[in-house]
Amino acid sequence: MTPIQIMHSTHSTHNEDHFRLFKTIGLAVFFVGILVFISSLFLGDYQITQQSLQASEDRVSAERLQALQPLIGTTFSSKHNALAQISSAIRAADPQIDDYNLGVTKFWILKNATTGLLKENTFFYFLLSVILAAVGSLLYIVPQFYEGLPGIKHNNIWFSTAMARGAVGITIGTLFIGFYVLLYWFPQYIVNLVLLFDPVSYFIRDLPADQWFLYGFLYTLTIIVMGLRMLAKYRHSRYHIIRTFSIIFFQLIIAFLLPSFLERLSLPSMDLKNAWPLNYYFFTDWHINSLWGGGTFGQFIFIWGMVLSFIVVPVLTYFYGKRWYCSWVCGCGGLAETLGDPFRQLSNKSLRAWKVERFSIHSVLIFAVVMTVMQIANYSSDGALFANYTWRVNQAYSFLIGAAFAGVVGTGFYPFMGNRVWCRFGCPIAAILGIVQRIKSRFRITTNGGQCISCGNCSTYCEMGIDVRAYAQRGENIVRASCVGCGVCAAVCPRGVLRLENGPAEKRFNLPEMQAVN
Amino acid sequence: MEHLVIIGNGITGVTVARHVRKRSDKKITIISAESEHFFSRPALMYIFMGHMRYKDTKPYEDWFWEKNRIELANDFVTEIDTDNKTLILKAGAKMQYDQLVIATGSVSNKFGWPGQDLPGVQGLYSLQDLQLLEQSSKNAQRAVIVGGGLIGIEMAEMCLARIIPVTMLVREKSYWDNILPQRESQLITRHILEHGIDLRCETNLKEIIAGADGRTCAVITDTGEEISCKIVGLTPGVSPNVAVVKNSKIETGRGILVNDFLETNIPGVYAAGDCAEIVTPEDERNKIEQLWYTGRMQGKALAKTLCGERTEHVRGIWFNSAKFLDIEYQTYGFVGNVPREGESSFYWEHADGRMCLHMVYNAENHQLVGVNVFGIRMRHNLFEKWLSEKRTLAYVIRHLRQANFDPEFFTEFEPEIITHYNTQFPGQKLHLQGRRGLFNNIFA
Ligand SMILES: Cc1cc2nc3c(=O)[nH]c(=O)nc-3n(C[C@H](O)[C@H](O)[C@H](O)COP(=O)(O)OP(=O)(O)OC[C@H]3O[C@@H](n4cnc5c(N)ncnc54)[C@H](O)[C@@H]3O)c2cc1C
Ligand code: SF4
Repeated sequence: MTPIQIMHSTHSTHNEDHFRLFKTIGLAVFFVGILVFISSLFLGDYQITQQSLQASEDRVSAERLQALQPLIGTTFSSKHNALAQISSAIRAADPQIDDYNLGVTKFWILKNATTGLLKENTFFYFLLSVILAAVGSLLYIVPQFYEGLPGIKHNNIWFSTAMARGAVGITIGTLFIGFYVLLYWFPQYIVNLVLLFDPVSYFIRDLPADQWFLYGFLYTLTIIVMGLRMLAKYRHSRYHIIRTFSIIFFQLIIAFLLPSFLERLSLPSMDLKNAWPLNYYFFTDWHINSLWGGGTFGQFIFIWGMVLSFIVVPVLTYFYGKRWYCSWVCGCGGLAETLGDPFRQLSNKSLRAWKVERFSIHSVLIFAVVMTVMQIANYSSDGALFANYTWRVNQAYSFLIGAAFAGVVGTGFYPFMGNRVWCRFGCPIAAILGIVQRIKSRFRITTNGGQCISCGNCSTYCEMGIDVRAYAQRGENIVRASCVGCGVCAAVCPRGVLRLENGPAEKRFNLPEMQAVN
Repeated sequence: MEHLVIIGNGITGVTVARHVRKRSDKKITIISAESEHFFSRPALMYIFMGHMRYKDTKPYEDWFWEKNRIELANDFVTEIDTDNKTLILKAGAKMQYDQLVIATGSVSNKFGWPGQDLPGVQGLYSLQDLQLLEQSSKNAQRAVIVGGGLIGIEMAEMCLARIIPVTMLVREKSYWDNILPQRESQLITRHILEHGIDLRCETNLKEIIAGADGRTCAVITDTGEEISCKIVGLTPGVSPNVAVVKNSKIETGRGILVNDFLETNIPGVYAAGDCAEIVTPEDERNKIEQLWYTGRMQGKALAKTLCGERTEHVRGIWFNSAKFLDIEYQTYGFVGNVPREGESSFYWEHADGRMCLHMVYNAENHQLVGVNVFGIRMRHNLFEKWLSEKRTLAYVIRHLRQANFDPEFFTEFEPEIITHYNTQFPGQKLHLQGRRGLFNNIFA
């Protein structure tokens, strides 16, 4: 070997050793954090006292608190028993109570009744679980900024147990699904986890944590941590660097901190980038009333919501394609582009999947539109029109679409069906943006003449399951409703065949007149 | 119904079949031995590296063939009887044809090295080669790649992906300098070294030796050095696969001899793609082009001929592309490894040494002859246009930004390039015209 060669080979192996050590420690630390987090679920007893009931005053009505008086002095070691007793006491006093109110009552009563080590050291446990897991992840991720040379890093993905539907992937998926089921339908069973977030919640919004704060915090933290991973992986690609910063900004500032801050000021709070119909309760009576009743600021938010949904969204989509929203701004897209990136290759590319996709996403859109029409009719007729149905349809939508589809399937299925299941098959705003993108937009993915070698990297790594190659190998531009413009096809193409770009809206479909094109 | 039989389901055979189907109702059968369905040969490396599964490399879904009434026979043709228009298949079965297209591809070269048939020694061409490599790569402590072309560097990258250290033995002074001009060759050479590949230039293989288990255990180079290794990749190029026509009346040279219409000496029998050798006038060397793009273009031209519209294959303005580890390469027009007479060149290299632009032009009238570009993507259609319009170097440099095909937000190097140009040609003060992106192309 020449001296340069020796220098190079020893240099790189030396570094790789350090990296491996860091990464192993990071992984171990991450697991400890996760274990502490999960085991917190089982920590503590539940003691109902005068004080614990009082602590729920802001959330639970005085009559219900009254109904729980007989339980004062009781200590439960099992959550299940405690909840059963609370339930029956409430039901006895108010047999008409609906599931929603009963759930809220149970959640707060139990949360405030939690006692023990965890309750006394919530911040410590928070550090030991959530923060430790984040630190572990960073130890694992930061070396990736220095590992190897910048460039596409997809080695051995299909041999990975996590990323190719192996045992680890199935475990991750199952945990995600379990988490979402608890979060949406059984939040009273995760009160100890929610407790961990009390100190941060007080710090940020001066309110006790509820399950949505827990979710928002974890969501944001995940996007930041996995966003860093994305930045390391795509450190050679400025499109992805800027896009990832945009995602982190919108999640951290606009979706998390700003609404929390508004809550602190007791102002109507809203994620200002959440457009209708993703925001499917926008036109419900309670939402309109709460905004309209919230003074000038509430009215501003209402008007902004309308402007965003019906002017900003379509106009920007005309100029830049739906990517400006779906992979630069949106929270669901943000999680998909960060946490979901390792799973993008799992999306189905078949023609059949495309047919299913078009059917299902447009069905959800129709569902959302019908529901919204009912909401508006109901609201503007002062509750006379669709009186009994509006609420039920809302319920059905939020259960089926809002929770089951967007949450459980949308994220829980990352390790099974790729990271854009919701965006591809369900999201009604993606459907609208898609229609604009397909029919009238300046956006397209240009195919570079005859340079395609049909290798399939672009299709494989398309999270939306677009068979990009089918177009590229014919020299055709890619104009598809579903494309969210993540830019990965262009990045993985080994022959420089694809470019996301905006050009004149006409002639997007034309084949270049080149003899080299197939 | 007329029966078109195609031997070989590679890009050439499949392109013929698809385009014939677009134009006619003929019965079409593709016979191929390697795989049931068409896959992308250039993607072989990505299967081994775990970027894709085999099925991801298939450009068409499996229902495609039946839907387009293209019959697939996973079989091997042993003989062609042109007198009776009959093929003999491996199991002895026969198949009649009216038109025959031979698109049998290539085979890896071997140059008679001692030990070249040992287990652990292999080329990289087929799916079967991939399986072989899979087997030998278990517990391999080193791989030695012999031959520094495109397939050699791919094999090296494949081994690196599996954390197998690689030594490359290359006959040339620096990597691929029989094709690339010196500075580009050195740029890639540096990149190979920075990936930790032990590149030995001006070194040849002398022999491969076996261990006690009968498998490869080391190579000996012409400098007498012994390098122990479990894998030996032989990648000194490929040759047309003419085995199937050897005992027929179809004429062969190095490949199957055809004219510009891809017709062989036997009426109704055609050859295209890697296996074809296009006979050219007297003094020029016959053309064999073992490229994906060539197979595709020939396949398309041949389909017209087969459907009654006799069409010449025209390669048109040359283009090609490749990727060397992390560095992408595109070329348009002609750039030789040494300048031809009457040619001058303009060369820019980025300070990081991983990007460069090399333009060759006619010294007299300054018309662009060809461009090599590393680490920057360029628009194929614009370069094809500029080359066919015989634009000058200055014109192309001025409009270079419009040809840039890098993703949005990527650093623009055109200002640096034009400054470099202006210092090299002090009499000229060029300014960049237009912006990057599509709006220019249409309004400029
Ligand atoms: C690793 C690798 C990477 C490459 N990368 C690039 C690249 O990046 N860009 C580029 O332009 N080119 C590249 N090439 C070259 C390109 O793949 C070939 O030029 C192209 O595949 C040739 O296509 P073809 O259809 O002519 O032949 P093939 O693809 O070889 O197809 C011929 C088929 O016929 C079958 N066959 C042969 N004889 C018989 C018989 N008697 N009976 C039945 N079946 C038979 C063979 O098994 C084979 O499957 C690469 C090649 C390799 C090996
Ligand atoms: S990744 Fe590039 S070369 Fe490969 S199929 Fe897609 S466009 Fe073609």
